[in-house]
Amino acid sequence: MKMSRLSFAKALLTLLLALPMTVLAGEEAINLDHAPVNVDDHESLQRGARLFVNYCLTCHSANYMRYSRLQDIGLTEPQIKENLLFTSDKPGDTMHVAMASDLAKAWFGSAPPDLTVITRARGANWVYTYLRGFYRDDSRPTGWNNVVFDKVAMPHVLHEMQGEMAPVYRTEKDEEGKDRQVIDHLALVKPGKMTLAEYNGAAADLVNYLAWMGEPAKSQRLHIGLVVVLFLAVFAVVAFYLKKEYWKDVH
Amino acid sequence: MEKVISWLDARFPLTASFKAHLSEYYAPKNFNFWYYFGSLALLVLVLQIVTGIFLTMNYKPDGQQAFASVEYIMRDVPLGWLVRYAHSTGASAFFIVVYLHMFRGLIYGSFRQPRELVWILGMLIYLCLMAEAFFGYLLPWGQMSYWGAQVIINLFSAIPFIGDTLSTLIRGDFVVSDATLNRFFALHVIAIPLILVGLVAAHLVALHEVGSNNPDGIEIKKHKGKDGHPVDGIPFHPYYTVKDILGVTVFLIVFTAILFFAPEMGGYFLEANNFVPADSLKTPMHIAPVWYFTPFYAILRAVPPLFGSGFPGVAAMGVSVMIFCALPWLDRSPVKSIRYRGPKFKIALACFVVAFLGLGFLGTQPVTPVYTVLSQVLSVVYFAFFLLMPWYTKYDSHKTEPERVTDK
Repeated sequence: MKMSRLSFAKALLTLLLALPMTVLAGEEAINLDHAPVNVDDHESLQRGARLFVNYCLTCHSANYMRYSRLQDIGLTEPQIKENLLFTSDKPGDTMHVAMASDLAKAWFGSAPPDLTVITRARGANWVYTYLRGFYRDDSRPTGWNNVVFDKVAMPHVLHEMQGEMAPVYRTEKDEEGKDRQVIDHLALVKPGKMTLAEYNGAAADLVNYLAWMGEPAKSQRLHIGLVVVLFLAVFAVVAFYLKKEYWKDVH
Repeated sequence: MEKVISWLDARFPLTASFKAHLSEYYAPKNFNFWYYFGSLALLVLVLQIVTGIFLTMNYKPDGQQAFASVEYIMRDVPLGWLVRYAHSTGASAFFIVVYLHMFRGLIYGSFRQPRELVWILGMLIYLCLMAEAFFGYLLPWGQMSYWGAQVIINLFSAIPFIGDTLSTLIRGDFVVSDATLNRFFALHVIAIPLILVGLVAAHLVALHEVGSNNPDGIEIKKHKGKDGHPVDGIPFHPYYTVKDILGVTVFLIVFTAILFFAPEMGGYFLEANNFVPADSLKTPMHIAPVWYFTPFYAILRAVPPLFGSGFPGVAAMGVSVMIFCALPWLDRSPVKSIRYRGPKFKIALACFVVAFLGLGFLGTQPVTPVYTVLSQVLSVVYFAFFLLMPWYTKYDSHKTEPERVTDK
């Protein structure tokens, strides 16, 4: 009897945990690669911050993120000032972008979105796959397309690092039984400054940084949470015996 | 100290109120697991008010600044993230606790005579809670906030004759805009909470007038001792206050575990799309309300339009919420508690639970032909539970209720 109740609870738990997955699965048909996010790895975050400031911040803003917050990932204020700040910015400023959004809209067709909480909106895995998903497509005005974001307006900013990729197709049957070409994977056609493994590492650093920037308080949240839950667990024992003591005379 | 209290007592019924509602309020001694959720609901209400006050100190109800001010709270306000997550987790926790509290009423017949008014006041609290959650959900001004509000407000325009005027009145504009955000803020932080707190007070006063029900569904006031107190009753304070300390602690373990380790709850408590600022030009592919509204949303979508008007669905959704108020008069069983009821009620209740949870799931999903048929079937089951109740409870068998409350 006990056993079956336990297995029922297990099944229920599995169902509850599986629910959000199926919901997400309904929206994303493309398999996303797993982003190796670790917001406690300060070295990776610092490399990611450098990439972010050098490559992303020219067009994308991070309007809710202050430069000074980078001290949380082990950078000192002089380091931030020297290496990451544009000349006019103060460390207390947020990561604004000089490019006016109406100009950006005219150039790219849509204004580059603010990236402060992009991993919370899209998911770190999506961003990781996106950054590694650019391929040559001459039908596009920028010459680039993306496996997770078809007809993307953004060109492959990191192509110097990654090199150029081209799609390798496979044939699949669609719903009506006709053959159609789908992208199976991307293959390197023109090497960049990095090997593909190095580029994957760089993309991982950048996504790690974006994930950290999406919620800088996350480490603090987890640490406080542990203390709070442990305290409550101990307190629950006290509360249990307090109740038992008071209820001795209830029959 | 005693002097102060007697000074106060001469001018205000302090000791008398404490006695009436706590130390000499006699509650049945056989409360079980299901009886924690009333006091937990009160706890969450206080939590929402307190965290809400602190959020209001930094939040800006302005279409240009709202999204940024929430991120400001999450990043720059010391422990702002804690307050914000407590408030967002609290919103979902409120509904979980209230749904369990209502389910308790359902299984032990707490809505039955003489507690009809307690039940109806509770339903009004639930309505206020829905309004409060709906208004509050617009405030972060993300895409889901914006388009969720757009969809719900548009429902009102399906009401014949007055619909368009009504929905424009709610929005204060022809689309959801800054004007809408401002009035929703006003309603969320002062209007509804004021009504909510008043109704909660009335709910408790009414409850303490008739006395609490219990898992046996029998009246403990029938058997009073020489001291005039129910033999099966124990003073709420200290017995149930210490018991509730235990309940509150266990609840807080679950609550803080979610708050600290999974505040988004896989996209159910905080939706991913709501981390994108509201954009009146980009409609999201899939708009779903937050989980606590999804059963009713599924009913709305299940009902087909009549002569091109969506009103039948809107009406069905409204009725599906309000129909709980009729329960005291729909139930014809001679017994209150599920412990002494027959199989017909138990089967009906089980079907209702399946329908409610199933509709809740379907409400989160995009429309497909299979899901539509499924939600239509479950909607029929949902309403059948209420509409057929006078018959299946009347002709159901039942066991004899005990004279005195039982232990297990």
